[in-house]
Amino acid sequence: MTLALLIEQLFNGVQFGLMLFLMAVGVTLVFGIMRVINLAHGSLFMIGGYFLMAALDWTSSYVLAVPLAFLMSALVAVVLEIIVLRPLYRRGPLEQVLATFGLTLFFNEAVTVIWGRESIPLQVPPLLTGSVEIIPGGAYPIYRLVITGVAIVAGLLLYLLITRTRVGALIRAGSDNREIVAALGINISLLYTLVFALSAMLAALAGIMMGPLLSVEPGAGDPILILTLVVVVIGGIGSVRGAFVGALMVGIFDTLARVLIPLAIQTNATSALVGMAVYVLMAVVLLFSRTGLFAAHRG
Amino acid sequence: MRPNLVLRRRGWLLLLLLAVAILLPPWLGTYYVRFATQIAIYGMAALSVDLLLGYTGLITFGQAGLFGVGAYAGGMLIVLGVTNAFVAWPLAILITMLFALAIGALSLRTRGFQFIMVTLAFAQMLYYFAQSLRNWGGDDGFSTQRRNDLGFLSLESHATFYYVVLVLLVLVVWLCHRLVRSEFGMVIRGIRDNERRVAAIGFPPYRYKLVIFVIAGGIAGLAGALMANHAKFVNPAVLSWQLSGEILAMVILGSAGSLIGPVIGAAFFLAFRDVLSDYTEHWMLFFGPLLVARVLLLRDGIWGMLLRATGAGEVPKEPKVDFPEVPKPTAEEKPGAGP
Amino acid sequence: MSEFLLEIEGLRKSFGALVATDNVTLNIRTGETHALIGPNGAGKTTLVGQLTGELAPDAGHIRFAGRDITALQTADRARLGLARSFQITSIFPTFTAEENVALAVQATEPHSYRFWQPAETIERLRKPARKLLGDVGLESLGRRIAARMSHGQHRQLEIGMALATTPVMLLLDEPMAGLGMEESRAMSQLLASVKGRYTILLIEHDMDVVFSLADRITVLVGGRIVASGTPDEIRKSREVRIAYLGEDDDEFAGGLDAPG
Repeated sequence: MTLALLIEQLFNGVQFGLMLFLMAVGVTLVFGIMRVINLAHGSLFMIGGYFLMAALDWTSSYVLAVPLAFLMSALVAVVLEIIVLRPLYRRGPLEQVLATFGLTLFFNEAVTVIWGRESIPLQVPPLLTGSVEIIPGGAYPIYRLVITGVAIVAGLLLYLLITRTRVGALIRAGSDNREIVAALGINISLLYTLVFALSAMLAALAGIMMGPLLSVEPGAGDPILILTLVVVVIGGIGSVRGAFVGALMVGIFDTLARVLIPLAIQTNATSALVGMAVYVLMAVVLLFSRTGLFAAHRG
Repeated sequence: MRPNLVLRRRGWLLLLLLAVAILLPPWLGTYYVRFATQIAIYGMAALSVDLLLGYTGLITFGQAGLFGVGAYAGGMLIVLGVTNAFVAWPLAILITMLFALAIGALSLRTRGFQFIMVTLAFAQMLYYFAQSLRNWGGDDGFSTQRRNDLGFLSLESHATFYYVVLVLLVLVVWLCHRLVRSEFGMVIRGIRDNERRVAAIGFPPYRYKLVIFVIAGGIAGLAGALMANHAKFVNPAVLSWQLSGEILAMVILGSAGSLIGPVIGAAFFLAFRDVLSDYTEHWMLFFGPLLVARVLLLRDGIWGMLLRATGAGEVPKEPKVDFPEVPKPTAEEKPGAGP
Repeated sequence: MSEFLLEIEGLRKSFGALVATDNVTLNIRTGETHALIGPNGAGKTTLVGQLTGELAPDAGHIRFAGRDITALQTADRARLGLARSFQITSIFPTFTAEENVALAVQATEPHSYRFWQPAETIERLRKPARKLLGDVGLESLGRRIAARMSHGQHRQLEIGMALATTPVMLLLDEPMAGLGMEESRAMSQLLASVKGRYTILLIEHDMDVVFSLADRITVLVGGRIVASGTPDEIRKSREVRIAYLGEDDDEFAGGLDAPG
């Protein structure tokens, strides 16, 4: 029974880690290529969930609502990139931090104005309710398995995109040397828009899939954003591989800490330890490596 | 314009501001006395951020963490019966400085992007820690019931408390004024300008950055303890990342790299919130875009604009920050880049 | 004290497949002016980085005044008396010229954890700073904000800051880089005036300066030392001509034939 529980939690950890990867890869790509720190990334996660909810209201069908929410998120991202991000490319890190923080404040309030302050529960799609027995005695929700699968597929597609395609080659070139990209006569602003939209769509995808597990509420992206940043710090900024390893580490570590620490210690300090576990992990990584595990840029 | 004249104008401007701070709130009434107290407290917190941002070139996104440690320490000390401010406040400062030492020792190992994220993450860790303090109300926080006293003087009157906070703020500004012009101040400003050069002439930058981080932490801690006194209530919101961002915004709105700017920025932020809150609970809907607009459209904060408008000097337009990931094509680096 | 002030032994540094410093062994005598030359990409900058402590070597040792400094931080090396100037101007742009030098003077004190007295009133720092500004030809510009000075003045300021740390040895990384003719003349005069007073490692592309100032010259190509000797020996070395730039390079030949 304990083993079954442990395996179930391990699955949960991997699944959470993959969600964090979808988030972290966006932050790290946007920084690696455009040199922009995007604190509004959590908002893109949040509006993914809201758009799904709204689309469900209109269409009453997950099959229609999910792609619709996805498209709307991409649209918001493109508008955002053109209006706010573009002027920021030439600005310093401080201004980027403040402007994207301002965006987060705006989005958190905007969804409150439109949909209210209360958190809105989302149902798991009817087709995906129920569970399967993955190991004897351990039933696992189908929905979690499916979103894990989707995240893996998304990750693989991203890998293929970066390593096998022309756009991917541009992305890699851009993250190494933007002058080269510009010198090749490639439309760099289009490339930037694409990268930002891609990162936003991955964040929205995570938000859409997490919607039925968490609830949709104002500020829902904030804790995810901060965990995402922890992932990026651990993995090393600018590195997609680092984002992947860091995300899995944080996802599994956080999930297991929530299960194992209360089993081991039952005092007042338990919940404190659980909440702080991930940050302790980050501190330990920093003690050994100042720039994270897979630093792409030496500081 | 002659330097003397500029300095004299700046002196008059400062005197005018001080006169307003002393005379205006009581004349307007209790509500505004409390409002002004808030400005002074947040101004002090913003000043601590500016020591790091404007004078050392460090972008910290976690100062609310230290502000909150000060608030919790201050509030807890009152509840635990340490009512004398001469004991409680230095103790709260000391506790916060210890936290700053631990956080700074780790986060200052990193630079640039990592530093911003790590300071944010540690503040968030403190936030979760505070949430888990069930004996202290957990998520709901706790009430201190009363304020500290100065031994002979009760601070329960809002006006008395305000003037004590104001005196402390002026004191802190003055101490910082000495600090940034001292030999130590030259070193940290040198680090802001050119950390590599500072190391090359023989200063270990890490240690000096850690010292200013701890000093700034102490100031934030004092501000936090004063906030616990002001509100007679402490909850985890004092450690939230939004507050860290708001404090950073105050510094930028007011002008980084000056000691008065952050206080002006705090005043502007609180006034903006106060005025808009009369019309809508969704004032953040306007503050977010305002912040974006300030960053995209203006190159200067309020204090900088005020100084220039009155011919009383200027502040650095945009603080130079430590960010090794982005090569800065600054003027002094262009020539002689190769044979 | 040993005959050599700086001893580099078996130093090696590679970046991935690129070997930037390939088993470099080099000794620099106390008091000599030693020039390090080599084509672009020869690994001069990487070598300087390891000498100053900004880069950690993969293997080898660096001894300074008899002490192994391989593991020391940049600041600690500076405190031992190893001062440097930068190839790309590196100053404090918001400080005045005098403040730039005064901060370097301040660095010679045991520590700077003094928080009270305004630095501008401390004559113990300001007096030597003003004198050094005079030495490098900037006496009238003490109050000028460094960002508003010319490139040539920046280079002079660099030297002034290096001298202000009361060094034993100067590591001058292309002090002539980007200077106009008039400025070049002033700079080579300045360099001639410090020659002999300090042990100097001079990295420089200007062959006139190298051959007129250096007591010994080391040639670095592809991360490896291909020759080391007096200016005469280097001038005659066929090996150097071939390895350095190919035989018929006019600039190099000019430098060889008409030194000074």
